[in-house]
Amino acid sequence: MAETIKQRRRERIDRGVKVRSASIYALNSMEEISYLLAPRLLLTCGFLFMPLVLSPWPYWGRVGLSICILALLSISFDFLANYVGLVSLGGAFFYGVGGYISAILNTELGLPPALAIMAATILGAIVCTVALLPCLPLRGIYFAIVTLMYPLLMIRLIEAFDILGGTEGFRGIDGFSSFWTEQYGLILGLLAALFALRRFVNTDAGLVVRAVKDNDQSVRASGISVTGTKAKAVFLASLTGCFAGAYYIHMYSNVGISSFALDLSIMPIAATIIGGSGTLVGPVIGAAILVPLSELLRDFGSLRIVVYALVLTGFVVFRSEGLMNFLTRKYQQIERWVDIR
Amino acid sequence: MFYDILVYGFIQSLALVLMAFGFSLVYGVSRLPNFAHGAIYVLTGFVAWIFFNQAGLPYFVSAVLAIIAAGLLGVLIYYLILKRVRGMEVSEVIATYAIGLALLEGLRYMGFRGGTYTLPPAVDGVSFIFDVPVDHQRIFLVVLGFTMLATIWLLTRYTRIGRALKGVAQDERAAMMLGIDSDVTAAMAVALGSMLSGVAALIIFPLGSLVVEEGYKVLIYAIAVCVVGGLGSWAGTVMAAFVLGYSQYITVAYGKPHFQMVVMLCAIIATLIIRPSGFFGKQKQLQERV
Repeated sequence: MAETIKQRRRERIDRGVKVRSASIYALNSMEEISYLLAPRLLLTCGFLFMPLVLSPWPYWGRVGLSICILALLSISFDFLANYVGLVSLGGAFFYGVGGYISAILNTELGLPPALAIMAATILGAIVCTVALLPCLPLRGIYFAIVTLMYPLLMIRLIEAFDILGGTEGFRGIDGFSSFWTEQYGLILGLLAALFALRRFVNTDAGLVVRAVKDNDQSVRASGISVTGTKAKAVFLASLTGCFAGAYYIHMYSNVGISSFALDLSIMPIAATIIGGSGTLVGPVIGAAILVPLSELLRDFGSLRIVVYALVLTGFVVFRSEGLMNFLTRKYQQIERWVDIR
Repeated sequence: MFYDILVYGFIQSLALVLMAFGFSLVYGVSRLPNFAHGAIYVLTGFVAWIFFNQAGLPYFVSAVLAIIAAGLLGVLIYYLILKRVRGMEVSEVIATYAIGLALLEGLRYMGFRGGTYTLPPAVDGVSFIFDVPVDHQRIFLVVLGFTMLATIWLLTRYTRIGRALKGVAQDERAAMMLGIDSDVTAAMAVALGSMLSGVAALIIFPLGSLVVEEGYKVLIYAIAVCVVGGLGSWAGTVMAAFVLGYSQYITVAYGKPHFQMVVMLCAIIATLIIRPSGFFGKQKQLQERV
């Protein structure tokens, strides 16, 4: 007989709590409830206490808000790319449209910031959905290319026709009344968007949306309009993106063509891929890593884009699952080595 | 004015052919969207500049060395990055785009910016065609553009390597059964594409100055030409380059220079909405839209 070679493999088994809570939700002790609640509470409380902790340092308070802005954009990218199958390389389009509409509502019509942001979120989402409607039948790389061009076209159109304030943009937009309204308005918006989208993808309507990603032919065969479903999903994603843009311009009181800049499309992708695609929470974690990192690298100018780009490439090529998927696995599964017989 | 548009539109079109052909070749052979195309273009220019001005080599030698460097970079990008994400289109786009971004912004960080860097033209002097003054570098561009097209055409028909490239483009599985290594071919295609973009850079940069922003512009031009002509269709690429080159030159002649880019961006968006396979490509209905 040939000598058998001892080999091992890593076995992964779901924890009991995970199995029970996944489908039928039979929880019977505080321990199990806290097992499920702990990660959610950690994230929520982390964001809710952030302004209190950061209030002595207004600069880092703003950095905290930048995390929320990037997180919103990344959630929008993640939702479109990993739940609907529309990879949008033009997140800046949502952001810029929201920002410009809010600026016009505030400076021309004199709406107060809170109202302007809400109106700009909804109006902006309608504008974005209508603008993207003709491209929605496109798949894969074709959709990615066409969305990459939208924000670039907006920049060039604004420059060429000198519309919407031209290269100057709008200035003197009203800010928020206090540090606390500014902080909590955005944080509550982020948490609402995050948990609402997480809930949405598990509803029946969300099931149809996910089916479009997995097999659009079968959705079509079921008599459901693929493009219609995609349009609804794009509306939801652009709500988040436009809200981020509208909020940001009220924080800094001006808006310009930099709202359509390319790095606003790239950074959400980096945050999503680092944080973990297809989790919706991952992008938030990715944003919480990338924004402080970019603040530390601020003195180095364009070197920080180099760092981003290299980190992004590294994750895409070598660790495409991202942090969140890795952590979820560690949290929900037991790993052990077993001999192969 | 008419002859002006005729002559300069022609030159602009061939410049677009040069810029886009590398991108088109890589996509046509191995279905790899090489979004680092613009970065390689700019990088070749700067490498040639360094060899020429810092190392003091003759211009021709530094140009050849820079083109070889571009080819090596292409091979490196393929084996380190593209090979691992092949087949996942979106990862390919994101990874190559990120590498391009890193290269371009790295150049900017190293201080290569502004209009201070220029490459010397290969030939000097001015001639008159239809009473329109044309400098010899532009004529050289036209001649080289046609030479390059002819070379690629001959290469893909009469050499082993070229036919392997074409075979993989037509049917990858069948090519593999006949003993053509798909990885080597794809790496070669990326290298060849990078070298072509390097050649384009060394001919086009002497007409202006070396700037990092050119990288983004070239990428968009290349995408525009390839999308309008049909991604991967080589004949389409050439025809689209002429359509876009002339329309670009006409808009510049009658409008503001800002519109040059608007034309390209609108062409990309309109083509993808109306006919995603491009106006000269084969339609693949279900692969590209539902």
